[in-house]
Amino acid sequence: MSLKEDVRFMQGNEAIAEAAILAGVRFFAGYPITPATEIAEMMALRMPQVGGVFIQMEDEIASIAAVIGASMAGFKAMTATSGPGFTLMQENLGYATIVDIPCVIVDVQRGGPSTGLPTLPAQGDVMQARWGTHGDHPIVVLCPATVQEAFELTIEAFNISELIRNPVILLSDAVVGHVREKVTLPDPSRIRIVNRRVTNLPPEQYKPFAAGPDGVPDFAYRGKGYRYHVTSNVHDEEGFPATYNHKVANELIRRLHKKIEFYRKEITYYKTYRVEDSDVLIVAYGCTARSAKDAVNMLREGGIRAGLLQLQTLWPFPGEVVEGYAKRAKVVVVPEMNMGQLVGEVERCICRKAVRINRVDGKMISPWEIVDAIKEVFSHA
Amino acid sequence: MLDIKKYLRLSKLPHIWCPGCGNGSVVRALIMAVDKLGLSKDEIVLFTGIGCSARTNVIVDFNTIQTTHGRTLAFATGFKLMRPDMKVIVITGDGDGAAIGGNHLIHAARRNIDITTILINNSIYGMTGGQYSPLSPQGTYATTAPYGNIEPSFDICKLVEAAGATFIARSTVYHIQLTADLIAKAIAHKGFSFIEVVSQCPVGYGRRNRMRTPYEMLMWQKEHAVLVQQAQRYSLEEMKDKFLIGELFVNKEKREYTELYEELRRKLAEGGEG
Amino acid sequence: MRKEIVLSGYGGQGLVLAGIILAEAAVIYEGKNATHNQSYGPEARGGASRSEIIISDEEINYPEIERPDILLAMTQDALDKYGESVKEGGLIIIDTLYIKEVKPRSDVEIYELPITEISIRETGKPLSANIVALGVLVSLTGIVKRESLEAAMLNRVPPATRDLNLKALRAAFDIFKKG
Repeated sequence: MSLKEDVRFMQGNEAIAEAAILAGVRFFAGYPITPATEIAEMMALRMPQVGGVFIQMEDEIASIAAVIGASMAGFKAMTATSGPGFTLMQENLGYATIVDIPCVIVDVQRGGPSTGLPTLPAQGDVMQARWGTHGDHPIVVLCPATVQEAFELTIEAFNISELIRNPVILLSDAVVGHVREKVTLPDPSRIRIVNRRVTNLPPEQYKPFAAGPDGVPDFAYRGKGYRYHVTSNVHDEEGFPATYNHKVANELIRRLHKKIEFYRKEITYYKTYRVEDSDVLIVAYGCTARSAKDAVNMLREGGIRAGLLQLQTLWPFPGEVVEGYAKRAKVVVVPEMNMGQLVGEVERCICRKAVRINRVDGKMISPWEIVDAIKEVFSHA
Repeated sequence: MLDIKKYLRLSKLPHIWCPGCGNGSVVRALIMAVDKLGLSKDEIVLFTGIGCSARTNVIVDFNTIQTTHGRTLAFATGFKLMRPDMKVIVITGDGDGAAIGGNHLIHAARRNIDITTILINNSIYGMTGGQYSPLSPQGTYATTAPYGNIEPSFDICKLVEAAGATFIARSTVYHIQLTADLIAKAIAHKGFSFIEVVSQCPVGYGRRNRMRTPYEMLMWQKEHAVLVQQAQRYSLEEMKDKFLIGELFVNKEKREYTELYEELRRKLAEGGEG
Repeated sequence: MRKEIVLSGYGGQGLVLAGIILAEAAVIYEGKNATHNQSYGPEARGGASRSEIIISDEEINYPEIERPDILLAMTQDALDKYGESVKEGGLIIIDTLYIKEVKPRSDVEIYELPITEISIRETGKPLSANIVALGVLVSLTGIVKRESLEAAMLNRVPPATRDLNLKALRAAFDIFKKG
């Protein structure tokens, strides 16, 4: 049997929808919002064709609620939105984390606060993606820079979500969402698909929130004797509220975080470009990483040894990776389309100041801006 | 003879409700209905939200899922769409269902999705200690209406009817057999079914509104409820401070949502354009 | 070789579709890299439409165009707005039906052609003007092969319009055959 690669010309949002279907998503609930709407439109078309369900809910709160409901029924489910809608989803996102329910939320970022710049790109939701919901919750956030990465990371978002039974955020932006470019789709047989572990214990022995060393409990489908309880309150291994049991509370919250720590290596994605001998390390993510890559080449032509560390996993923050690549660099630069969000994490991990390049006017940071900022640093050195 | 223990999680008793609370009676009525219909415990998914009503599904031995405040019907919609073979029931309250969850209630009704919603109306937020809700009558007292509630209340059954639900009924905790019968009819109905159960909260509502004991509150229910079949015996004037109980509205024509979606998928599979 | 192309005009002239066809001709039929963007926000106001294509043998990172190599202007507004931004040594293609005033530039080549009128002459409708424009652009620049453009066009346009669009495209190619 020959393997077939398929070269396509696709929009980022379209690639996310196609990848989600290949990853096995069979439920999509959403609410219209620019610049994410194309994902819902694709899903409205495709879900009933593949035996799944698309529903347009009354708001984003209901959208993620329906997604979690579908995932509780045992199916891979997702929603897609932008900043304002993502904000509305935060309470239920926290719910999904405390009840170990996997799902994927795509946030195609646009300029804020509030409706801000409704159609223009930004990267202002980096911290919302990490800390948007209340309480100490675990979360994984992946961030694509190209349409190809949007495709690949969507599949990984589902895989991670099912592996650790937790929501995963795909933090895209209006540039990646709307640009059309070349994508090479792998032969479907070569795509790695992960499904949540299902219990092999009989109902009378099954504890829905008991977990092994990785902290991830096994799932049980409903309607087959597994009549367990699920609550948003702190709960014991059988799923019942244990609000005044401090020991149970402590164990539960720590177990939720352990899932991330246990799989930290497997869920950390990044790319490097010309970092072997770099004096300048640019740490970038999302659409800004595209400009940073051009900037690396331009700087090297001008005699400055620059390199790029592109973070694809933003949360859990890959601190050790950043620290490792920053070691030999004299200057670390963090360009972001916000007032400086991930740079704080970078500085915390490298224990020194980074050069900040920030833009919040709805326009991409250009390669020339990065080059100029770095040349400026060297002119003072 | 109803073997109620068969449906209960005995290890989760006693429950946490105050003495005289109506919630336990509603749970009993639900179990009576399930038993009457001969449903298996495995095929029922009982969703709740937040508040005193949300504690109902801790003690029953069905598939039980408690969700966030007010969003229960949205969670249940996602579940039902993927598992249309299961009986999805939602228990909510007047705060959970008519205030924070009001938007999801009207949209679930509009879609006519096959979910049965039981709204326990005790006219108050009980769990948080007695604040007024959208179903608290005008002029009543609550911790957040210390001078009397100036807000008009919803007729929640009319609201849900206007939104498009296809089975609507009202009952009380006092009329427990009627409640059980109506819940059974609602579950058997294909489409969005809704039952308001007028209940009592002696601690959060009664003692601030001149009804100190559960007995007084139950007698109030008895005296103010009029069976819909007997409504014509009363003048408009007499009906002013009364409310109707029984089956208020049924529509068997409107198509159910999961069936419509399945039909759409079937057409696509057959090569049509939907 | 990286070429940056801006197709600009009025919403309804099919410039977004034209941009996708041109980029697909490069990506699918010639194995090159290409990006396509349509502009949102201020530029799209008042019915204006701007379609941006970058074609390159190398990887395309920064996907925005500040100074295009090639500009197609299908309205007077579009020319007035973007005419100055074209790079030295670049190319401007103008539809003479809509554009009456052309500010001369000695550092770029300017072609003034009755693009929409060719569409009307060949197909009876102005709707294929976008395809005529692509034919002109490709004939003048050789940015993709004519066969690639033709195949990409046939793959993208609504099936019922294939014949008419093909006629329009070939008419555009013919202008330059005569030399």
